[in-house]
Amino acid sequence: MSEIFFYALSAIAIACSLLMLFQRNAMYSVLYLLVCFFAVAGLYIMLNAQFLAVVHIIVYAGAIMVLFLYVLMFLNLNTPAAFTKTNFLRMAAIMTGGSLFLLLFASFYKSELVEMPMPVTNTTGDVQTLGKVLFNEFLIPFELTSVLFLSAMVGVIIMNKKDKANG
Amino acid sequence: MDNTGALSEQMRAIPLENFIMLSLILFSIGVMGILMRRNLIVVFLSIELMLNSINLMAAAFSSYHNDPQGQAFVFFIMVVAAAEVAVGLAMLVMIYRNTKSIDINSLDKLKW
Amino acid sequence: MSQNTLNIITLLIPALPLLGFFIHIFFKNKISEKLAGIHASMWVALSFVLSLVLFNQLQSVEVIHVQLCNWFSVGGLTIPFAFQIDHLSIIMMMVITGVGSLIHVYSIGYMHGDEGFNRFFSYLNLFIFFMLTLVMANNYILMFVGWEGVGLCSYLLIGFWYKNQEYNKAANKAFIMNRIGDLAMLFGLFLLFQYAGTLTFDGVNESVSRIVPDENMLTAITILLFIGACGKSAQLPLYTWLPDAMAGPTPVSALIHAATMVTAGIYMIVRSNLLFSLAPFTLEIIMVVGIVTAIFAGSIALKQNDIKKVLAYSTVSQLGLMFFAIGVGAYEAAMFHLITHAFFKALLFLSAGSVIHGLGGEQDIRKMGGLDKRMKITHWVFGFGVLAIMAVPPFSGFFSKDSILIAAYHISPVLWVIGLFAGLLTVYYMMRVYAVVFRGDERMSAEVSKHIHESPRVITTPLIVLTVLAIFGGLLNIPHLFGGNKMMMHYLSPVVPMDEKHMAMNTEIMLMIIASVAIFLTIYFAHLKYKIKKTVPEADAQITGFGKVLNHKYYIDELYNAIVVKPLNMFGNFLYKIIDLQVIDGFVNGTARFSAYCSSQLKNIQTGAVSFYLFAMALGMVGILLLIILM
Repeated sequence: MSEIFFYALSAIAIACSLLMLFQRNAMYSVLYLLVCFFAVAGLYIMLNAQFLAVVHIIVYAGAIMVLFLYVLMFLNLNTPAAFTKTNFLRMAAIMTGGSLFLLLFASFYKSELVEMPMPVTNTTGDVQTLGKVLFNEFLIPFELTSVLFLSAMVGVIIMNKKDKANG
Repeated sequence: MDNTGALSEQMRAIPLENFIMLSLILFSIGVMGILMRRNLIVVFLSIELMLNSINLMAAAFSSYHNDPQGQAFVFFIMVVAAAEVAVGLAMLVMIYRNTKSIDINSLDKLKW
Repeated sequence: MSQNTLNIITLLIPALPLLGFFIHIFFKNKISEKLAGIHASMWVALSFVLSLVLFNQLQSVEVIHVQLCNWFSVGGLTIPFAFQIDHLSIIMMMVITGVGSLIHVYSIGYMHGDEGFNRFFSYLNLFIFFMLTLVMANNYILMFVGWEGVGLCSYLLIGFWYKNQEYNKAANKAFIMNRIGDLAMLFGLFLLFQYAGTLTFDGVNESVSRIVPDENMLTAITILLFIGACGKSAQLPLYTWLPDAMAGPTPVSALIHAATMVTAGIYMIVRSNLLFSLAPFTLEIIMVVGIVTAIFAGSIALKQNDIKKVLAYSTVSQLGLMFFAIGVGAYEAAMFHLITHAFFKALLFLSAGSVIHGLGGEQDIRKMGGLDKRMKITHWVFGFGVLAIMAVPPFSGFFSKDSILIAAYHISPVLWVIGLFAGLLTVYYMMRVYAVVFRGDERMSAEVSKHIHESPRVITTPLIVLTVLAIFGGLLNIPHLFGGNKMMMHYLSPVVPMDEKHMAMNTEIMLMIIASVAIFLTIYFAHLKYKIKKTVPEADAQITGFGKVLNHKYYIDELYNAIVVKPLNMFGNFLYKIIDLQVIDGFVNGTARFSAYCSSQLKNIQTGAVSFYLFAMALGMVGILLLIILM
């Protein structure tokens, strides 16, 4: 049962990401990636990491992808762009990516994983457990993320404001 | 909580290797996307895809090793990704305003 | 007097001139000319007084040792920083400080108004310090320090008027010539250390008399030391620097290049007489070199027209006589002649300086003449100096030269004749200088003639003192013949072994009479030629035949130029133009050009296109992974 789920979700994720690559229209690319992210969220649930799954959907699907769409619409870029790379570059890119995959696979194949079945009672992904970890061991980094966000926010605002002043 | 137990019972059938393979495939597709496309937005999307594949791998290791720290890391990666997307898109908007294009080939002043 | 007081006095003797030097250095621009001259002379005079005190003490004690500290100690070699005052040193010290202080006083007048006045006196003080170190040291290394130090001062003072390029060249020549000798001397010291195991004078003497003599080794050591002495004391073949050294101010020529520094070689050999006595072959070489130098330099002096050059060659010739004396084993005669020579040669140089001063810098004797009425005092003192150097009895030169000749006669009568011939050369050229400069018609231009004046008292006073010394210096060592008892010879006996050979009184008287008659005859001929006939040396262009060769100093400078300097220059040029400019620079520049080329090629990779960079990054990742997997 779960195997079927896994393979289905994997297939959706891979297929959607490939589709994203070969869309001419950036809008469709964004939407395909959105689907891919949903599939990944399903895999998180299968890994018993419900908290991550929820956060993943909220952040990626809810915020990041929407932001992409917003920018696309804001710039009115939904028209299919004329620019395409030459065939030679496409082939080069595919070959580079492929060889990278092969190498990653080879290194994975060479490394010896410690055989470790999933524990029967798995509570690692609970909100409770994760919350404890975040607010005990990772309290300071967690608080610092707020600073990171603040600085990102300030940066974005300043960048665009200056531009207006100039233009 | 019974539900989780049942789920994980079934998950044992799926070895960790499968998750790793999946994330490797997704990562490689991301790399290809970056190298292949000229549209800066798609390049950005590919970067997101690569980040996701790494997240997936980290979460899988975390679950199989019963160590919540891995998932905490995934959480932080998401935080950084969100900030990065915000700044990156702002830059993209700026680039578009200055060059009237989001072609990656228009960024050819990056020398000396 | 307690040992402590003695120590302090001994240390003060070199320390005072050094103090004077430092005062000059630190307050160079703050002290006035007058003050500078007076206090510089004062330090040296004080040293002279202290030397007299030590001399008095040495009547009762034979040697004074003052150990300051251990200078350094390497392996088996320990060099103390220590002074050793014995009868030999004290004589040298008194000559140095005595003549030195007179010349200091003289310089106040002579250098008056020179812009480097204070600098001049600081160098003079430094020179006195080093010279005292040289003669007071109790080991070869400390002596070598003084040896090099006086060389340095000599260099500084020859090039004193450094704005004149010729003078700088003369200074360089002196320095380089001395380096050749010093190198040999250093090697000699290395060998000596290997042989004797120590380098203190006492230690060397002790171990040399203890070890079974190794003739070859001793010969090598002494020849190397003698080459060092050749450089310092201007003997063949290293003498050419001394005539050129006359570029320095005249008091320097008197002090350094006549009275003291150039005698350092004599002092060094007399100091190590035990070594040299064990190497008879070296002594023969010294004898030959000495007498050849004496005749050679004397003959050159016959045709020189620069008053200082004549005196310089005369110095070389007299030094040759001293080495001759050493060569025949008469160390005390060499020392005796050293002292009298210091007196009369300093006197001659200083009065020549007075002439030059009076004539506004003119040094060519052909443009002088008839000065006896214009510069009375100078005329008289120069005349006495000439009498002394000509060895006319009973002036000091007579006694010292006579003791050398007598010692030579003991070896062989032929040597006596050759020595006498060298002496007669001296008589002839000194007479020539005297007559041409002071007698005859005035040949200087009217402009110069108008300004001729007797030198001020600060110049003439030291001259008169030196004249007294030059006249009566011979009293130091009167032979038995005249009722004396060879005072100096006995005084030196603790340092220099006395081997008084007795000869029949008749022979001695005979020799003296023959020598004196020869001298008087030579004077008569020279008198005839230069005073009665009023011959004036020809202009350079008119000199012909052998005279021309003499005038050009046997073309020795040209010879050295051709066989040493030019090949060296060519070799240097070769190294510079080929090795340095082509090979080394080519290599260095080639490296630079190669990397510049590489980077200009690599620069093309940096296209500035982001997509290309992304590709490069991905390929780099692939490469790194490949490496990790393959390894």
